[in-house]
Amino acid sequence: MEVYLALLVGCFFIVSIYLLLSKYVIRILLGVAILGNAVNLLIFTSGRLTREVPPIIPEALQVPAEATANPLPQALILTAIVISFSFFAFLLVLGYRSFQDLNTDDTDNMRFAEPVDQLPPPKGY
Amino acid sequence: MNTVIFRTAAPYLTALMVVFSIFILLRGHNDPGGGFIGGLIAASAFAIYGIANGVAPVRRALYFHPITLAGFGLFLAGLAGIPSLFAGVPFLTGLWTFPHVFGVEVALSTPLVFDIGVYFVVVGAITAIALTLEERHEN
Amino acid sequence: MIDVNPTILFLLSPFLAALLSPPLVRLMGASAAWLLALVPLSVFIHLAGYVPQVAEGEAFTMGLSWAPSLGVNLSYYLDGLSLVFALLISGIGTLIILYAGGYLKGHKEHGRFIGFMFLFMGSMIGVVTADNLVALFIYWELTSITSFLLIGFDHDRMASRRAAIQALVVTGGGGLALLAGVVVLNLATGMNELSLILNSGDTLRESPFYLLVFWLVVAGAFTKSAQFPFHFWLPNAMEAPTPVSAYLHSATMVKAGVYLLMRMNPVLGDTTVWETVLPVFGTATLLVGTLLAVRQTDLKLMLAYTTVASLGLLVMLTGFGSEKAVEAAVYYLFAHALFKGALFMVAGLVDHESGTRDIRRLGGLRKAMPITFAAAALASLSMAGLPPFVGFMAKEEIYAAIAAGDAWSMAITALTVIGNALMLVIAAAVAIRPFLGAPVETPKPAHEGSPLLWVGPVNLAAVGLASAILSATTNHLVISPMSSAVAGSEVHAHAAIAFHIGLPLLLSVLTIALGVALFWLLPQLRYAMARALRSIGWGPDHGFDQFMSGLVALSAAITRIIQNGRLEGYMTTVFLVFGVAIWFSLYNYGELPDLPQFVAPTFYEAGIFLLALLGLAAVIYAHDRLTAIVSLGIQGFSVAVIFILFGAPDLAFTQFMVETLSVVILALVMTRLTLDKTDHRPFGEKSFDITVASVAGSGFAVLMLAVLQVPFDPRLSEFFSAYSRVVAHGRNIVNVIIVDFRGLDTLGEIAVVMIAGLGIIALIRIKGRQPRSEAEG
Repeated sequence: MEVYLALLVGCFFIVSIYLLLSKYVIRILLGVAILGNAVNLLIFTSGRLTREVPPIIPEALQVPAEATANPLPQALILTAIVISFSFFAFLLVLGYRSFQDLNTDDTDNMRFAEPVDQLPPPKGY
Repeated sequence: MNTVIFRTAAPYLTALMVVFSIFILLRGHNDPGGGFIGGLIAASAFAIYGIANGVAPVRRALYFHPITLAGFGLFLAGLAGIPSLFAGVPFLTGLWTFPHVFGVEVALSTPLVFDIGVYFVVVGAITAIALTLEERHEN
Repeated sequence: MIDVNPTILFLLSPFLAALLSPPLVRLMGASAAWLLALVPLSVFIHLAGYVPQVAEGEAFTMGLSWAPSLGVNLSYYLDGLSLVFALLISGIGTLIILYAGGYLKGHKEHGRFIGFMFLFMGSMIGVVTADNLVALFIYWELTSITSFLLIGFDHDRMASRRAAIQALVVTGGGGLALLAGVVVLNLATGMNELSLILNSGDTLRESPFYLLVFWLVVAGAFTKSAQFPFHFWLPNAMEAPTPVSAYLHSATMVKAGVYLLMRMNPVLGDTTVWETVLPVFGTATLLVGTLLAVRQTDLKLMLAYTTVASLGLLVMLTGFGSEKAVEAAVYYLFAHALFKGALFMVAGLVDHESGTRDIRRLGGLRKAMPITFAAAALASLSMAGLPPFVGFMAKEEIYAAIAAGDAWSMAITALTVIGNALMLVIAAAVAIRPFLGAPVETPKPAHEGSPLLWVGPVNLAAVGLASAILSATTNHLVISPMSSAVAGSEVHAHAAIAFHIGLPLLLSVLTIALGVALFWLLPQLRYAMARALRSIGWGPDHGFDQFMSGLVALSAAITRIIQNGRLEGYMTTVFLVFGVAIWFSLYNYGELPDLPQFVAPTFYEAGIFLLALLGLAAVIYAHDRLTAIVSLGIQGFSVAVIFILFGAPDLAFTQFMVETLSVVILALVMTRLTLDKTDHRPFGEKSFDITVASVAGSGFAVLMLAVLQVPFDPRLSEFFSAYSRVVAHGRNIVNVIIVDFRGLDTLGEIAVVMIAGLGIIALIRIKGRQPRSEAEG
């Protein structure tokens, strides 16, 4: 089963990297959103898969009765989902604001920090 | 989305979702749920309210600025770690007590306080994000 | 409570004083100097308590552990060498703090200046007392940085800034060489403490690393001590206020290089390369320094160049290779610190009170400034090497040490005589010209300065006289222990003011005669030197400018290439490197996974995978924003379903909520953006990007397959499962991990969530900047 998920993770990565390589902010943002899912699935799969048994201890027992899904990657991913969402929102707003201020969504034209007509550094002291 | 039905139903839906989110938060230690999920549910409740009736009523209903709630949550979560220092164990080690209230055993613990802190941070931060964007959208 | 040797607190006390200086000076004005000077004075007195024991040949080590696992400790070593240096630094430091109190009186950054001086003092004491090599290096660099701050104190002037940067680049560069030297020294000996390394000289001399260590240490020492051809930064450093010149650039910091060479003499010395390189560069520096000094008319610059010369003399003597030469070096170092510190303070005093430092515009000040004149006379007699001053004894010792019959010694002796004669010329010019002769009108009417100003030079000059008269005590307490530490074997100094008829005295007389003759010819000499320098037309100082502008041009060129401002270029580089790194290392180390076995999935699993793929494809092909948002949602919800199928209800829940919210905020933002959703990439670029994405993405898949073929290590997961209920009273293991087992992680993570929220609010509220093109147009 893991094999399919590994291949699926590869597809997630390919699509997200392809989008990230674009010049346009919105595509880059979509790429970032998919990248988050790709990484989460990667962590999930490397913790090995167990079908349909959540890591919850039954009421009557002190330890799980049977082999459950691996809880550790789940704990890691759960916070990762929320954080990647917050940062996705942050990037979205950042992209939106830069579009408003710079009047472009083409990263080649966003030259505020690295202007084209950059003056050479001073040679004096 | 500005239909009368949606606008009328939204406050009740929001209230229901917030109650549900608290339920999810409190049962989180033993069943699926917890601060993160509860917080997300409550945040989407407020987002829905905002979309239906505008941001101003939500802000009134919340009374505090959402980011203040988030700050409070972070403070609470940090605070939950302090008692363990007095107990002579490392920071954030869980401490438990099981008092009987009206004959029912209630589990009180620092992880519970911590989880409530998480809940507030998630509610606060995400509601703040959603409301800010909706406000922007309205103008 | 940690048991700390009180001496360590004394050694660190200047750093505390640095913190206290600005508020104290603001509160009390210049008189704060009297109070602050108590700090170095107490250090001096405390350290003086060690003198009797150290004079008996004892050495002390003490320290605090810092990073013991790396062998780095804040440890100190007190023997004859470090103790005398530390006494000089704290003793002269006391006087300098007083002097600085008077010199910059009323300056608006007076407190900052004194604070910097204390920072330097603490670092310098650290350099000479540090036992651990890493601590030595850190203190060494701290002196470079504080020197930078002090030279650039008048940062409004370009000359000041240039001098500061120059000093930092030269001495800082040398410091890097020293760091490398320290590392190699550790490799060669396996030790980090100087007190241990001192006993392993033979191991090191036979080690293949010897030459490397030698050159690296020499590079550090020569740059710090302004040896030719790195001498140029020291005269430029005279841009600093005079207290700095007197303290850092004559008496202490520039001697750090000499200290290092002396410290390393028992370890690195006694080899042909040591006894060739040091004398050659030292003698060259001596000559260059004195010849350039003759050309100057500015009091401070004349003194600065003679400092260069004196440092050359010290390096030459350290590398000469006999115990007698070491003793002479120690004597001269002691004498030089006293008279040069005093003379610099005199120069500053003259400048301060008369308004000029140009000897051609000074004269006849002896009546107006009698105390200053007395100090100047005493100090320059010592510098000129006349009896009965300690400078005379030092010179006698030098001649006694180096004069011998072989050609090598004769050459060095001859050059030293010339250098000393020129030194006498400068001493005479500095002391006689401004004070004797007919009074000359100066920019300011000259009068005696405040006690804060003259107490320093008078004391130093007086010590120069007293230590010569009490030569037996000086020999026993100062010269012998220090020489023993430098030589690495016991040395007993016997110098006295009494004349010994013999070769040294003869050479002294010759030096004096030559000096007096040259003094009468000084204007002609100066003219000749100026012409010679003009005809050469290029010097290391100019070379430094060329080096710096070359460096700036090079970095600008590199930045233009690497940082070209094209985001997709950066991204392509990152992912290409990523993909190639994964594929290459898997292939190269034979870790490529075997062909996996495909077990047929259940139909709903297959269905959800296909749905996810469909969503992904739709995101790429989306031509309007609604499609893009919806297809993004599809792949997100598919992931949530995958979580459900494999026993992760918490994740599925969270993922559902997050995807819903994502769709909502995407819809909110995207309707504001009027973006064309078609991909503009031309076919060639598109296929290149697809290739890069496929290489990197498939790399992840292959890596994943390789990981899955390694047996899983379940220890951590089993630990959590086993203890979740027993210890943490929770049945939902995932939640227990989040809020209990790894609570600190979660605390950090929710802080991140909150910061993201704050950032978004700030971004939305911040006032929009006018677009660049409009602002310019």
